[in-house]
Amino acid sequence: MTDTVKGAAPAGEPILQVRNLVKHFPLTRGIVFQKQVGAVKAVDGISFDLHRGETLGIVGESGCGKSTVAKLLMNLERATSGEVFYKGEDITRLSGRALKAVRRNIQMVFQDPYTSLNPRMTVGDIIGEPFDIHPEVAPKGDRRKRVQELLDVVGLNPEYVNRYPHQFSGGQRQRIGIARGLALNPEIIICDEPVSALDVSVQAQVVNLMEKLQDEFGLSYIFIAHDLSIVRHISDRVGVMYLGRMAEIGTDAEIYEHPTHPYTQALLSAVPVPDPQAREQRAAGADSGAAAGRGRIILSGDVPSPADPPSGCRFRTRCWKAQDRCAQEQPLLAVPEVFRGSGTPAEHESACHFAEERATAEAA
Amino acid sequence: MPDGKDPLEPVDPGQAIAPGGGYGGGMDLAAADAQTLERTPGTGQDAGGPTGKPRSLWSDAWRDLRRNPIFIISALIILFLVFIAIWPGTIATQDPLKANLAKSQAGPEPGHPFGFDNQGRDVYTRVVYGARASVTVGVCATAGVVILGSVLGGLAGFFGGWWDAVLSRISDVFFGIPVVLGGLVFLSVVTNSTVWPVVGFMVLLGWPQIARIARGSVITARQNDYVQAARALGAGNRRMLVRHIAPNAVAPVIVVGTIALGTYIALEATLSYLGVGLKPPTVSWGIDISDASNSIRDAPHMLLWPAGALSLTVLAFIMLGDAVRDALDPKLR
Repeated sequence: MTDTVKGAAPAGEPILQVRNLVKHFPLTRGIVFQKQVGAVKAVDGISFDLHRGETLGIVGESGCGKSTVAKLLMNLERATSGEVFYKGEDITRLSGRALKAVRRNIQMVFQDPYTSLNPRMTVGDIIGEPFDIHPEVAPKGDRRKRVQELLDVVGLNPEYVNRYPHQFSGGQRQRIGIARGLALNPEIIICDEPVSALDVSVQAQVVNLMEKLQDEFGLSYIFIAHDLSIVRHISDRVGVMYLGRMAEIGTDAEIYEHPTHPYTQALLSAVPVPDPQAREQRAAGADSGAAAGRGRIILSGDVPSPADPPSGCRFRTRCWKAQDRCAQEQPLLAVPEVFRGSGTPAEHESACHFAEERATAEAA
Repeated sequence: MPDGKDPLEPVDPGQAIAPGGGYGGGMDLAAADAQTLERTPGTGQDAGGPTGKPRSLWSDAWRDLRRNPIFIISALIILFLVFIAIWPGTIATQDPLKANLAKSQAGPEPGHPFGFDNQGRDVYTRVVYGARASVTVGVCATAGVVILGSVLGGLAGFFGGWWDAVLSRISDVFFGIPVVLGGLVFLSVVTNSTVWPVVGFMVLLGWPQIARIARGSVITARQNDYVQAARALGAGNRRMLVRHIAPNAVAPVIVVGTIALGTYIALEATLSYLGVGLKPPTVSWGIDISDASNSIRDAPHMLLWPAGALSLTVLAFIMLGDAVRDALDPKLR
């Protein structure tokens, strides 16, 4: 595996290491005297590494904890337990000046460009605000020029500084949000569904812009989305989340072509095929196994409540492979034993007791 | 939106999405769109080029206000009111307390354009002199209520937690006090006959209303992503409150505050009527309105002039509040 091939093993040392990150939101009763009656286990033990210059995609359905992970990494929420190491330093317990210093290096692009820009600030003030907060980054006289450079970098006219956000379209607003994220020259940008609020044509522009900026500034991205095709387009590695846990993580080719976790397989089988003929072939292939396991998997039931998740494997209530072991024993995120040392693309971390590639399952 | 349909996003269906699962097939819009986006939309009014002075919400709001006729008219009325409140003698040369019972309830005559009241005092002079007490009560009570209420309510909404819980219960207690009964109890023990006990009482009972509104709108504003974005940049609480939350939460407070100004002037009249508000010889519109209301059919002019002055004052403040609120909303420009 070489670095030149996209989707190969990531280059560079880990810049961000997440270890057993947990966030439980307490459920309370009472107004003055609050009593905890339970907890929503939004994120329940997540670990992954982010390497310098790579893009890690995180996919999963609504409510699986993707956005909470983003907020935890940004320290917008305090983790219940677990650690996030940025260059070897645990940032989840930082506060005050030390936290502010870390924030220079980890920035965020928000999902909804219509609420992430203050409607009562000019674009110049929005993009210039990082310099007000971190005055050491740009000397005072220099800021206006820097703001205009940033506008230029994200493909907007530098003369727009005196305009207000409502004078822009969704795609342009997201560019403004990206410019604000870039202002402090961060090393990591966490993108929480940065394109899901945009038109499809505009999504492509914004994603391409982000790739261009990554090459230009050597950024590392954590790209959270529920659109599988966009994640595949931009990511070097992909993690699949289900109900607060990571189900499977690997390079994009490993995840998209050789998924071993049943949830990933079901998720990928739901990607719509825009070609009616191919769709029919795919439906037929589900029986013959000819289309390498592309048949649609229909999951029964709903996602369980994160306030009361199932024991053992989180996915077992909807999994067609579930057995007693799945209820008793929580599967760990590790390379499954059957694939260990096999050298095949199926050799990547998957949290399933019965991990296997679907094509072989159907052939068997 | 300056122009209904935005011309800036190049939409080319052929290019937009490669079939077969999204973004796989040779999509490189980056170079193309960077060019297209350079085009300026046809707004025309946006003059600020890179060489111009940087603009901000407040400078834009002030620029907007100076051109707004409603703001100019209301500001002139308020300035005039303040002027006669300070120097009533400049436009009313008579004595507001001089009574001539022979003229009781008489209509207008030369030198006395508004007529006479029950005790034969000149209504015009009393309207002019009444501005001082009424405007002082209205403006000071409103200012006190808005400052106290929005600070307490805003902080409760921003920080939440036990501070919010305690403050909300305290404001419930004050909500529970009936205004008139409270006024009778509080003000009957005060012997001071200036406006300040009345103002203090109104602030004491009025702040919970504004506090609730401020709390609600701060909670709404706090949930916006731009507040999270500011926090992610490392902004402190003060910056978030001053730059992000306050400008986006102030509109309902302005509206309710300016309307409340009129009710405070009317409340002063109610309290005076009950004998616990301002006491003669203090001259106020409230006292005159309550005096005149007994003989509205015999001598309507006694009611109309002070009531008209009160209405004009309230209207001016409401228009001012409206203009300020609009100026702080860039979408309306």
